[in-house]
Formats: sequence, structure tokens, C-alpha cells
Amino acid sequence: MYKNLKWRILLILVTILGAVALAYPLKEKISLGLDLQGGMHLLLEVKVEKAVEASLERLADDIKRDIGEEDLEVDRIKALFDKLQVNIRMVDTLDLPPVIKIMEGYSFFTKVSEDSDGLGLVYELDADQVKQIEENAVSQGLETIRNRVDQFGVSEPTIQVQGERRILIQLPGVKDPERAINLIGKTARLEFKLVDEDNSLQEALAGRIPEESEILYTRKENKETGEVTKEPFLLKKRTVLTGETLTGAEVRFDGDFNEPYVALNFNSVGAMIFHEVTRENIRKRLAIVLDDNVYSAPVIQDAIPGGRAQITGQFTSEDARDLAIILRAGALPAPVVILENRTVGPSLGQDSINKGLSSIIFGGILVVVFILIYYKLSGMIAVTALTLNIVILVGALAYFGAALTLPGIAGIILTVGMAIDANVLVFERIREEIKLGKTVRAAIEAGFSKAFRTIVDANITTFIAAVVLFQFGTGPIKGFAITLCIGIAASMFTAVFVSRTIFDCTMSRQKLDKLSI
Amino acid sequence: MQLFKDETHFDFMGRIKAAMTFSLVLILIGLGSIVVSGGLKFGIDFAGGTLIQLQFKSPPDIEMIRDGLKTIGLGESTIQEFGSKRDILIRVQRSEEKLEAVGSMVRKSLMEKFNFGEITVERVEMVGPKVGRDLREKALLSILYAIIGIVIYISWRFELQYAIAAIIALIHDVLVTIGAFSIFDKEFTLVIVAAFLTIIGYSLNDTIVVFDRIRENLRRKGKSAISDIINTSINQTLSRTLLTSGTTLLVVIALFFFGGEIIHDFSFALLVGIFIGTYSSIFIASVFLVYWDSRKTAHR
Repeated sequence: MYKNLKWRILLILVTILGAVALAYPLKEKISLGLDLQGGMHLLLEVKVEKAVEASLERLADDIKRDIGEEDLEVDRIKALFDKLQVNIRMVDTLDLPPVIKIMEGYSFFTKVSEDSDGLGLVYELDADQVKQIEENAVSQGLETIRNRVDQFGVSEPTIQVQGERRILIQLPGVKDPERAINLIGKTARLEFKLVDEDNSLQEALAGRIPEESEILYTRKENKETGEVTKEPFLLKKRTVLTGETLTGAEVRFDGDFNEPYVALNFNSVGAMIFHEVTRENIRKRLAIVLDDNVYSAPVIQDAIPGGRAQITGQFTSEDARDLAIILRAGALPAPVVILENRTVGPSLGQDSINKGLSSIIFGGILVVVFILIYYKLSGMIAVTALTLNIVILVGALAYFGAALTLPGIAGIILTVGMAIDANVLVFERIREEIKLGKTVRAAIEAGFSKAFRTIVDANITTFIAAVVLFQFGTGPIKGFAITLCIGIAASMFTAVFVSRTIFDCTMSRQKLDKLSI
Repeated sequence: MQLFKDETHFDFMGRIKAAMTFSLVLILIGLGSIVVSGGLKFGIDFAGGTLIQLQFKSPPDIEMIRDGLKTIGLGESTIQEFGSKRDILIRVQRSEEKLEAVGSMVRKSLMEKFNFGEITVERVEMVGPKVGRDLREKALLSILYAIIGIVIYISWRFELQYAIAAIIALIHDVLVTIGAFSIFDKEFTLVIVAAFLTIIGYSLNDTIVVFDRIRENLRRKGKSAISDIINTSINQTLSRTLLTSGTTLLVVIALFFFGGEIIHDFSFALLVGIFIGTYSSIFIASVFLVYWDSRKTAHR
């Protein structure tokens, strides 16, 4: 009857040791969720359509260049963003066949129609290509954000793609959420544009903007008053150089006033273009534009060889450092918007931990006292099983690497309340069997075997609900679902197997006529 | 110690009418409250919006905060104390897709305008309308899936009629809890959905224990009237039902009083749900078993 006893005790001891080994030391093994540790959860959406538009525009430029190289006269090439098409208009009908020939080189464009006057062609970007551009925008965006976060210095960040165009970012323990958002979310499209000095800014501001130009602003914030001043610039639309040719960006300090600025380095292509542009435009102003904000527009004093430039502005050294990080990590291929932001400060997290722990302790004490009064010595067995349950639960949490969240703590508390249920079911059965006149040993035997099926059936429904919850839940909720699942599974083991073993152990040593239950 | 010295012989089946009336009244009051308050109140998880929790050095004047917020143009906002007089929860309907940190914006403007001293941003939650819609869908689906999973399991382990009776009891529990939420003007959030799924699981736990006993007794004394068997089964499991609910209620009460503001509503839902789940497994679930059985015999 009790011959398996040794093995059962061994299994229980191994389980306890295993759980303790997994969970010790607690502080290292159990990771805390963002709601307890403090930190930031961001869900971003990549505006992939912007990336597609940018590609289309670039392709239109490429086509224009290719046609130009064949000495054909282009009237205009226009990108039609809403239809994902380009319209190529030529001056002479005879030029169309060679253009069609050139376009064969652009295999992802399909000719959809010709203009009725015989001077134009319409090409459409293939759906596959569009999809590819969109996917690239998301994966590149992810890489860029990862680079930025790495340089920002957050321990154990989570950055992953979610769905088709969303990026999930979790930054535990972030101290300055505002700065983090700025750092992650800036598109950081760096452009150099010449200031349009042939036309009047006043005219343009009055609404008469020359076709080839645009108005952009500098945004200056007075740090003391928070007042924002804007200064308009009339710039040539054409971008002479972009941030894509950057090889480095770092913070330097100006020798005279100790003002921080960002020093830029270009690769050879960028250096060549920069040299050329500066040589041809001496005494003119070159604007440095980041995400459509003009940072500065210095006058070109001399041709600048060597591929070096600098961005000056009213930076604090922190601003300058962040800007350098962003520029080094590169621009996002498309702008992002925030879909969801959940940020918890560290003090609130600690507060939640304290309150969670005190409710576990209070709840636990109440249950233990109640069970001891109600079931006396047998209650001791239930309490032992309950304690073991918690140990296994914590060990399993460590094993699965599941983060403990505030709802997760609630899950532990609920487990304390519910795990005792399996014991109650068994004990009530044993009492019934004793009332029927059975011996202690037979009553225990019958109690466990009869209650077992009920325990399984009753717990599996909660288990099903918890599994569904795990599937659908996000962060903290997942934490709740997983503690509930583990708690239920562990309670079946402790309340049935462990309690039974303890009963059998006691029975094998002494013959009981009366059970304290 | 025992709850009941001897086996109890309460006539639960004789109280069916009273119980049904009681339940109907509870559900109707709840539904009435939902209608009166113009629908359920969804938190930002489902409705979208922004929530900012601030801690002040000393209790601030809420009217002053309201004035301060008007000038930043956050749109319609509700301001309430959250747990203590120093903790303030600001809820704004608008959600901001732009890369502005709303929390620090509010903090800065309040600190500049009034002499509140240092203000700490404890928590910011912003959920955009798209995500809100996704979450709403997911929440409904999860409840649906849980119910389907449970029906399949119970039909497999018992019979379909047991499953249906259990589901009716479960819907009863969910309806009453939803009603309580409306009456106490509480919001539905993700965590509350988690609480509801737990209630669903838990409510069935009790019901199944009773069903299991009914099944066992049916086998043993198949000849007695079904309502007698059910009544005996409920009586036999009564102390267990009350004990288990009792211990679970104990811990939930601990959670309710010591767990802090953030999971207060969660523990409230559990408190109501477990209470009503216990009641329904005694009075509601079994009733439908009797109903079905009498129909079955009538068909024969």
C-alpha cells in the first residue's frame, strides 16, 4: 500500500529543490513587468505609405535622369501618389518608343496607359514592389530604432515588429519618457537645401510661393519661458544632400563660448557633392533641415572639401547628444505615430509591489488561520501544500521567464484562495466517508479518489479561461493569465499528490483511529 | 469545526421561484442602470484616450487643475482623486498620435501656472482609437472563445444539457457583475476583462462540483425524482461550496483593501463575481437541469 512512498517523497523533494533552485535568488530570477518596475511601453505605427511615396519620387527622379542621358527631351515626369503611378510626358511623340525601351529596365513598373495626345506614358508600380517597400520600411525602422535605443542606454529593451506595420517597444526603468519618445520617434530626415535668394520671402509669405521653392521654419524655444519663436525661410525645394551619406555625427564644443554643436562626416559621395555645392554657391546660404525644421542656414564662406559639416543651434549638451545619436543611427525610412503609450514611473511601481505583497501576506494569513481552525491538524497538511504551491509557482515563473506584473500578483493571491479548494474538496469527502463509518485509512483512500475527478473537472474550466486570457492578453494581463495557469496546475499537484503523501506518511508510522479533520 | 453539524436538508429546489425572481430583479436593476447612464462606461483601453496620474506634494485644488488644463487645450477632461488627496487622475478623451509627451506637458504647465510645487508624473496611458478598437474586438472574442471552450469541455465530461445549464449560470453571473459595474459607475478596462474571464472560470468551478455530485447521485439512486437528487447534491456539497468561496473571498477582500487603487476595480469585479457565482451555482445552474429533465421525460 505504502510501497511507493519513498519515491513519492523523493519526487516532492526534487520538485521543491528544483523550484527553489530556479527561483533563487529571487531578485535576479524573477523579472518585474513594466507596471511594477516602472518603464515605458510604446506601440508605434510606421506610416509605410510615406515610404512608398518617397520611393516613387526617387524612382521618378531616376527615370528622368536615365531619359536625360539618352538625349531625349522630357516635358515633365510626375509621380501620382494616390494611384502609385508615374506620368512621363515628352516633347516629341517620336521619343516615346525609346522611353518605353528605357522603362523595360524598370521591371517593377507596368505600363497602364498612354496619354491621348500621344506625348505621355503612365506606368504603375507593381503591388509586389509596393509590399516590399512597405516591409522594408518596417524592418529598417525597427533596426534604426534599435540602434537609437542601444545608444540611449536602456537595459534589456524589447523592440519587435507586431503585425504588418507596428513596432512594439518596451523600455524598462526609463527615467525620462519625454526624451525617450523624442529619440525613438523622430524621423530624422536630414536635408541640405539652398536658400532661395532670387525671390522675396515677403512675397512668398503673402502666398506667392515660387514653384521651385518652399517655406520652412526654424523653431526656437526659449528654455526659461518655454516660448516658441518661429522664423521663416524661403528654400529651394530641391534637396542637394541628405543624411544618407553621413558616416558619423558627434557632439563637439565650440572653443570660444563652449557651445555644443554636432559635427558631421560624409562618405566620399557625400563629400564630393558637398564640395561641389559649396564651391558653386559661395556667399549664398545653405540651410540644414531636419524633419522640415530649419536648424540653421549659414552663409557658405568657401568651398568645403573633406566632407565635414556642423549643425549649430541653441542646443543644450543633452539635445546635441540626442541629435548626434539620431543622426548616427540614421533616419527612419518613414515617419511613425504613437498608437499606444503606457508609462509607469518607478515610485508607482514600487508602491504597487508593496501593496501587492501586503495583500498576499494579509490574504495568506487569513486563509491559513481559517483552515487551521477549521481542519485542525489536517489543516496543517493543507497549509503545507499551499506553501509548496507558492514555491512551485514562483519557480515556474522563473523557469518560463514570465515577468511578474501587478495583475500577476493578483493571480498569486487568487491562487492562494483557490488552491485551498482542492484540499477542501478532499477533506470534506473524507469527513463524509468517516461519517459513513469507514476507518480512517479507508476514508482517506476514498476521499482522495472520489474528489480527484471533481478537482480536475472544476479546475480545468478556470484553466481554459486562463489560457484564452493568455492568448489575447497584453503585458500585465498575460502575467495574470500565466500565474493563474501555473497556480492551478501546481495546486492539483500539491493538494492531491503532496497532501496524499503526507497523509500516507503519517499513516504508515502510526495507526490512527481518529483523524484530526 | 464544521459549518453544519449534520448533513443539511435545505429545500433549495423549493426556493426556485424566489431565487429566479431575485436574479431577474438584480439583472433588471443592472440593465436599467446601464440604460439610464447611457450605456457601459469604457475605459481608455477600449474607448481610446489619455490618462495621466500625477502626484502632488500637497493636496491640490481640483478646480485650479481644471483651469490649468483648459489653457493647454487638451479637450474634455475629467479630474478625480485617485486613492489619496495628493494623487490625481486626469482623463482626456483625446489621444495624441504626435510625438509629444502629454504627461510632462501637463506637469510643466501646471507647475508653471500654479504654486503646486514639484509634481511627479506617476503614470501615463495613451491608447489611440485604432488600438482601442482592436482591444475591444479581442476582449469580446476572448470571452466568446472561453465560453466555447468551456461548453466543449463540459459537454464532453458531462452532457450537453449540463453545459447549457452551466453557461446560463455563467451568463447570469456576468450580467449581474456588469450591472454592478454600471451601478457603481466603474469603467471597463483590459484588467476588468481579465477579472471577468476569471469569474467565468471560477463560477463554473462551483457549478461543476455540484454537477459532479448530481451525476454521482443519479447513478446511485436513479429512481428518485431529479429535483430531489439535485437538492440532496447541493446540500452535500454545500459546506464545500461555502468554504471555498469563503477562502477565495478572504483573499479577494485582502486585495480589495490592501492592493492599491490600480487594481481596486479588478478586485471589486472579483468580489461581486465570486459572491454571485456561489449563489448561482446553488440556485441557478441546477434549476435548468430540472427544467431540461422534465422536458425530457415529457417527451418520452
